[in-house]
Amino acid sequence: MTTLVYVPADAGALSLGAGEVARAIAEEAARRRAAVKVVRNGSRGAYWLEPLIEVLTPRGRLAYGPVTTGDVAGLFNADFLDGGSHALSLGATEAIPWLKGQQRLTFERVGIIDPTSVADYVKHGGYQGLTRALSMEPAAIVQAITTSGLRGRGGAAFPTGIKWKTVLDQPAGQKYVTCNADEGDSGTFSDRMLMEGDPLALIEGMTIAGIAVGATEGYIYLRAEYPHALRALRTAIAAAHQARYLGSDVAGSGRRFDLEVRVGAGAYICGEETSMLESLEGRRGEVRVRPPLPAVKGLFGQPTIVNNVVTLASVPWILQHGAEAYASFGMGKSRGTLPIQLAGNIRRGGLVERAFGLTLRELLYDYGGGTATGKPIRAVQVGGPLGAYIPASQFDTAVDYEAFAGIGAMLGHGGIVVFDDSVDMARMARYAMEFCAIESCGKCTPCRIGSTRGVEVIDRILAGVDGERNVRLLEELCETMVQGSLCGLGGMAPFPVQSALKHFREDFRGRAK
Amino acid sequence: METLPPAESAVVQRIASDLKGRPGPLLEVLHAIQAALGYVPGAAVPIVAEVLNLSRAEVHGVVTFYHYFRRSRPGAHTVSVCQAEACQSMGAEALTAHARRRLGIDFHQTSADGRFSLEPIYCLGNCACSPAVMIDGRLYGRVTPERFDALVADGAASS
Repeated sequence: MTTLVYVPADAGALSLGAGEVARAIAEEAARRRAAVKVVRNGSRGAYWLEPLIEVLTPRGRLAYGPVTTGDVAGLFNADFLDGGSHALSLGATEAIPWLKGQQRLTFERVGIIDPTSVADYVKHGGYQGLTRALSMEPAAIVQAITTSGLRGRGGAAFPTGIKWKTVLDQPAGQKYVTCNADEGDSGTFSDRMLMEGDPLALIEGMTIAGIAVGATEGYIYLRAEYPHALRALRTAIAAAHQARYLGSDVAGSGRRFDLEVRVGAGAYICGEETSMLESLEGRRGEVRVRPPLPAVKGLFGQPTIVNNVVTLASVPWILQHGAEAYASFGMGKSRGTLPIQLAGNIRRGGLVERAFGLTLRELLYDYGGGTATGKPIRAVQVGGPLGAYIPASQFDTAVDYEAFAGIGAMLGHGGIVVFDDSVDMARMARYAMEFCAIESCGKCTPCRIGSTRGVEVIDRILAGVDGERNVRLLEELCETMVQGSLCGLGGMAPFPVQSALKHFREDFRGRAK
Repeated sequence: METLPPAESAVVQRIASDLKGRPGPLLEVLHAIQAALGYVPGAAVPIVAEVLNLSRAEVHGVVTFYHYFRRSRPGAHTVSVCQAEACQSMGAEALTAHARRRLGIDFHQTSADGRFSLEPIYCLGNCACSPAVMIDGRLYGRVTPERFDALVADGAASS
């Protein structure tokens, strides 16, 4: 009998040697004449255990990790194909405490299925949401999304159902569904994991969106830094076409939906929706003035849905299990779950999908186990390079859009970057301005000029030149950028600076070179 | 302006002609040119402009807007070191300094022997395995200076 061994082909796992491990297992199995089939799944998201391999046994899937090529012969000697005990044994994957307490809805199949196989996807509940949607009126699909309380997971947290309704209400004609897969925020990788580990969930979500608003074409705008996700998406789109879940007759419904991946070119600003549309049209990614909203006049001037990967990939679950089921998770106006990413200087980093409402402290210590360096956590940045720095005194804040806004922070795309007590917060503030200067699209002055002046002012503060006056100047500059910028890049780049000034003022003293 | 060898000029011409019918084709065209030639030569701009019926300024504007498009021929291996916050929290700055010393070049430069180009990159989505490096499209995590040297030596051997 052939034994199934799962070795992730997720980019993060590959970056730690999973590809070599997969090869070594296949070779060792051939040498020992053991009947083994290596399945390349996505990652379970426990990156501190990657490369994490699993064996399917009569007792379920058993995990071993982190595995290097040097461990492979020993694993065979320990009879791991039969679940034999080994120093790297982690027991049943589902029972690993870090994974067990999670509430995986959007990520329910990531790390479990073979992402290239439509059959495996369907076997694990895939395409039930689409089947349900095809039996509903378009307005009822949109209503289900509204009732679920789903908000944009890309960062802006705008109610998804309202966006869809605006597109649905536009006169019939060419409409588009676009997926913003320009996951540029440092500390975030949930989009990447989803696209590599369960790309069909995104494809199904976009198909449902198309059916709901009457759009026949979809585009995924993927960042150029994600070559593995590109291959995974193209493979999955071809497989979905083959299985007639995409194309001129979606699942035998007579409805058409086609999907194409377009690759960005290393511009952070293209994560802003109007800039992304410009880029999709083949132009410089300069931000558009709103209104008109993309939902009214978007891609090629047509009504367009623009949603993030995780938002769209949450749609099939909602349709399959019902809007109320999704809304029963979460707190306040933050309904459902958020795939949170623990990143940077953290001992147990990775992806934690939980209902809204748990605290930063639980994430950082219960899941994360503190810093990787073993030093105390001094600050965390949540929500990417435009997110505020949060001090330890605010770690009891709940993961909830409004609770974060209440402390002057934002949840954004759910990435948490951890820093230990060696971090220099004035340098991090300088970096925020520098990053904005590098990535500004240049269309509006507060962002284009303000960010460069911001770097200069911080340099003067650090050089001990007129410290107090320059700190005041920096505060005023931040205010100008927040108030006067056209989009969130210039409008939010001051947040890390302001929060660093507020919570870590002592770092802004002049210093000798 | 530099001129392209006829063979490369023909490649640019063919790519632009093949893709011109697609909606909003310019980025697709530039990606295909870079995939074929390793960079987007200045002399490709007027060819692309003519085929797509755009002004040279429009094409130049797009090429120069995006960090990913190179305007000079890259080394045999492109080494990108992540500079974003998560990697900074795990020593990206020291790793970058090491990379500069090891390769003897700064960001946006190519080594004199043409073997390596060094580039900054802002997030590779490997933030739970920082610091991250990408070499010729392959991703590496938890990169120490020692591991960096080994990776670069591997790269040099395979060139």
